[in-house]
Amino acid sequence: MPVFLKLVFRNRLAGAGAIIIAALVLTCLLVPVLPLADPDQTDTAHRFIRPFSEGRLLGTDHLGRDLLSRLLWGTRLSLAVGAVAALLAATFGTLIGVTAGYFGGRVDAVLMRGVDMLMAFPYILLALAIVAALGPGLLNALIAVAAVNVPFFARNIRGISAGLAAREFIDAARLAGEGHLRIILTELLPNVLPTIIVAVSTTIGWMVLETAGLSFLGLGSQPPQADLGSMLGEARPALITAPHTLVVPGLAIFVIVMSINLLGDGLRDALDPRLRSGALARPSPVTLIERAEVPAARAAPGFLDLDALDTRFRVGRRLYKAVNGVSLSIARGECLGLIGESGSGKSVTALSIMGLVASPPGVITGGAVRLEGEDVLALPYAALRSLRGRRVAYVFQDPLSTLHPLYRVGDQLTEAMRVHDRITDQEARARAIELLDTVQIPNPAERLSAYPHELSGGMRQRVGIAMALANDPDLIIADEPTTALDVTVQAQILALLDQLRRDRGLSILFITHDFGVVGQLCDRVAVMYAGRIVEEGPTAAVLAAPAHPYTRRLIDCVPELGGGKRALTAIPGLPPAVDSLPEGCAFAARCDRARDVCRTGTLDLAQTGGRAVRCLFPETTATEDRA
Amino acid sequence: MARYILFRLVSAIPVILGITVIVFLIMSLIPGDPAQAILGAYATPENVARINRDLGLDKPMVERYFIWLGNMLTGDFGRSFSLNRPVLDEILERFSATLVLASVSLLVCSLIGVAAGVVSAARQYGWADKTITFAVLIGISIPSFFLGMLMILLFAVKLRWLPVSGMFEIYGGRGPGDLLRHLVLPSVALAVVATGVVARLSRGAMLEVLRQDYIRTARAKGVGEGRVLWGHALRAAMVAILPILGLQAGFVLSGAVYIEVVFQWPGVGRMLVDAILKRDILLVQGAVTFVAGCYVLFNIVVDVAQAMIDPRIKA
Repeated sequence: MPVFLKLVFRNRLAGAGAIIIAALVLTCLLVPVLPLADPDQTDTAHRFIRPFSEGRLLGTDHLGRDLLSRLLWGTRLSLAVGAVAALLAATFGTLIGVTAGYFGGRVDAVLMRGVDMLMAFPYILLALAIVAALGPGLLNALIAVAAVNVPFFARNIRGISAGLAAREFIDAARLAGEGHLRIILTELLPNVLPTIIVAVSTTIGWMVLETAGLSFLGLGSQPPQADLGSMLGEARPALITAPHTLVVPGLAIFVIVMSINLLGDGLRDALDPRLRSGALARPSPVTLIERAEVPAARAAPGFLDLDALDTRFRVGRRLYKAVNGVSLSIARGECLGLIGESGSGKSVTALSIMGLVASPPGVITGGAVRLEGEDVLALPYAALRSLRGRRVAYVFQDPLSTLHPLYRVGDQLTEAMRVHDRITDQEARARAIELLDTVQIPNPAERLSAYPHELSGGMRQRVGIAMALANDPDLIIADEPTTALDVTVQAQILALLDQLRRDRGLSILFITHDFGVVGQLCDRVAVMYAGRIVEEGPTAAVLAAPAHPYTRRLIDCVPELGGGKRALTAIPGLPPAVDSLPEGCAFAARCDRARDVCRTGTLDLAQTGGRAVRCLFPETTATEDRA
Repeated sequence: MARYILFRLVSAIPVILGITVIVFLIMSLIPGDPAQAILGAYATPENVARINRDLGLDKPMVERYFIWLGNMLTGDFGRSFSLNRPVLDEILERFSATLVLASVSLLVCSLIGVAAGVVSAARQYGWADKTITFAVLIGISIPSFFLGMLMILLFAVKLRWLPVSGMFEIYGGRGPGDLLRHLVLPSVALAVVATGVVARLSRGAMLEVLRQDYIRTARAKGVGEGRVLWGHALRAAMVAILPILGLQAGFVLSGAVYIEVVFQWPGVGRMLVDAILKRDILLVQGAVTFVAGCYVLFNIVVDVAQAMIDPRIKA
């Protein structure tokens, strides 16, 4: 509990709310012993005295009664009524909710249908109907307000109880032959109680507001007894002549409700794990870029060059080096494979290129991305946006989550063109049909009006590729485009990409974890491990003679067709956490060739001709001519 | 879509029947002899007998319910004894005034609330977000009847910009301009709480959507941030926001009771309060049933709208 309180008070506003509530409750408890005037003592000779007068701190009302005294007594009454109403509603709501949740089946169905019926009313209508039947009065108003809030509690508690009732410890109690009542009281209720407490504390504000409302309408507390609502109601005729009689109780209700709301929000936030972990942060349109220095441009720039790219994730005080000084180069019409386990930083590298890494938490802390020599990361947003999709397009992994579920496929396709090009509806439509035809979707004209969920996985990915092709880009970055598909569809998609590349002279950066796929498609391959490139070279050469032990292990993971002489081996151990990388080689802990020197100093990517490897004791001397 | 609408309409029938049962049960809560309670000091034997006959209290409860239900189906909601006119006529006249007020408020709270939620989410933790979050907190904490009176004091009494109360000037035309001037204060006072709730929940819905992969896809296509927010993200967030707007209709109808009293608006809420104070049971019973039924129908409209924006809901 102290940890919980600390969380609440870490939110300063929630802490303020808690303090105000505590002060109010304390004052209300002390009201009977405070030296206050009689709240009901009328004094018609001194009506409507202004606030801050001698002996009348808040002035007097239309009958000359002391407003300070009435305010404190009224607050006491309002808070008490609100609290009792909340407790009543919680008690009956819990009773219904626990019964429905625990027994389930028909009991649940009947009870919840009833609750649904009650929720079909605008809440005040129900309260008014109850007051109409029982007659005006504070007690009846309290009953009405409590009654209309029962469904809210019943719904909440039922959900939790139903979840708990299916758990093992309840089954165990049942098998032990314990009675239903006993199980509910000793096993179920203690687990539901925290939720009830939070729900009660956050709804007292509503209850105060609603009972005050009924009293304001003259349906709650009857004179001379006054809660805050009836004080407001009585002040209404003097609205213009003596506004202070109105403002005093009005502000009091406002302060009570606001501080309860503050506290309630704080409680809710403290209980929500997603908020603490920052999982609800909104990614900005461009990755945050905080580069200390920009590396010099290459002497002979390629089509796309990554120079010592650094992308990190800041989560709380932790810093994850997702991409750690990665340099790559892709020529026109070339297909480069970027391969590694999940978490190796390959996807983050791909997303960094067009500033699409989610920030927060992502930050590009160093390096450069150069498209034909121009530093993309230095571009203003508008210029970067015009590159996205037009010159560099992406194909993502899971087309079900990466296509917009509520837009028709055709609209998503034409939008890709329209954001870069002014074209007419007919042109856009014609080009969309042509694109779908290019990616070998049958009946393309009909498919335009389909929604993503109406297509198969392979069809969706074809749409994803068509969308990437919409503006005839120079480079396609395909981030595991076939991982979510089954094997035959995977082969079709790969063949399609390869054909498009040959037909259109596309460059492709192909992200994958599968060496088999790399072998089919890529001219060159770069192997990533724990945020760094550990090996790079022509695909055939690397496949034939992997230099880095990690590369060899990855290749061993691919099943061989027909042969079956080689044992299919998994790589033991896990990649290191990128927030605490070991010294020396990051793979040393999993490597069977590692020696003590591997765990010291820093390791460079050693270049020999077209191949490079980051290893002190490579499997083979890296050469290009082993194709 | 037509089938879906029909399905929703049919499934509303048991809900509306349930509403009539609940209203009927509540009204039978009247302690002691209802005629006595209604008449108070005027409870002469003749009057008691008349009330008992009017309310059908001389018959058993189940029979009374079905008589009441049957009469309502033929448009006969009974006769209000305090107003001495048919209950339905009075309800229809008053409900039209409430409908004007409530729909303007609902429109205001939907537009401003959703817009504020989108801006707030787009500028998460920025000054705009903090300002909106704080304004929302104030908005949902202030009692609407208090706010209404403060607004009268400032805009009608001090500044004299707008009329103090009522729906039309007593002398003069009943034109739309006059109505609009009279609408400003009450509809704003009524919309404030709902706007706060809508803004807060829209912000949450937007934050949820903005993390989705398809938003990244839109950005990767080169779609501008304005279109990403107000197009792609809002479209998807509306699936979660629409039911909230449906709920707000209930809040607005509820809040209208206070606002109508504060602004002397001739709506069904103020009529209800008067009817309760005069113990005009038939009028209360009829009005509660009628308004709750309208609310159910409105929620069907919301469901249909949701099915229209979300093709995944099977029509």
